[in-house]
Amino acid sequence: MRLFLALLSGAIFGFGLALSGMMDPGRVRGFLDVFGAWDPTLAFVMGGAVLVMAVTWVVQRRMTRPAFAVEFNLPGTQLLDARLIGGSAMFGVGWGLSGLCPGPAVASLATAFLPAAIFVGSMTAGIFLHRIVTRG
Amino acid sequence: MILPGFPDAQPLEGLLGGLLIGLSAAIMLLGLGRIAGVSGMFARATTIEDGSPPWPIAALFVGGLVLGAIVYRLVLGPVEAAYPPGWGWLAVGGLLVGFGTRLGSGCTSGHGVCGMSRLSPRSLVATATFILAGMATVAVVNMLGGGW
Repeated sequence: MRLFLALLSGAIFGFGLALSGMMDPGRVRGFLDVFGAWDPTLAFVMGGAVLVMAVTWVVQRRMTRPAFAVEFNLPGTQLLDARLIGGSAMFGVGWGLSGLCPGPAVASLATAFLPAAIFVGSMTAGIFLHRIVTRG
Repeated sequence: MILPGFPDAQPLEGLLGGLLIGLSAAIMLLGLGRIAGVSGMFARATTIEDGSPPWPIAALFVGGLVLGAIVYRLVLGPVEAAYPPGWGWLAVGGLLVGFGTRLGSGCTSGHGVCGMSRLSPRSLVATATFILAGMATVAVVNMLGGGW
């Protein structure tokens, strides 16, 4: 059941990304282009997703454990540090240059393989580099 | 549906897609007790990161993203996408996205959707930071004449 839910969750996510227009780097770039021909679509996507999840968190707080796992595994840190801000800024620069973030990039392997594979390969290298730099 | 003043926007498709992304994250949270953060799941699926979540969960979630896009294509047709010209944008962008999301512990899904909806201060700060950095990057690129 856990494995099925993981696949189902990923598949609904991928389908939603395709429907939302977020697998179009040009459209995502349009949202970030506030001084140009601004495209607000991404705000509707984020709004819809946050709306569902805001209700979900209310439900989560009333549950003692997840339906199909022993316990909740949630981030507990509250620290606003340089890593959080520096890392997020780096991510934002890469996002602005390419119009891609991790979800749409991975899902696009199904629809625009070559450019998506270049991005995902490069992203994997970035993750690996981070691992080397931070853990030796 | 057309949004007045923004003829190219897709508010209805965006909202519906967003609701599905929220549903996906809700299944992950209430079913498996985890955050549906793509950057973390992907890092775990590649085995570059070890520990939590278990590898099969991460791998199936990541595989599911691709499967969902395949199903969309089979049912509703091709996915429209305009890519930057040349590999450079994608290669440099990917490197920064990979390193940055690990250093900052999340991306648009983990911080933007799951964390913001939980009113996590870290996620609010992270999301504001990457959106502002993205907007600044696009503005600078346009100013330098490199807009695509």
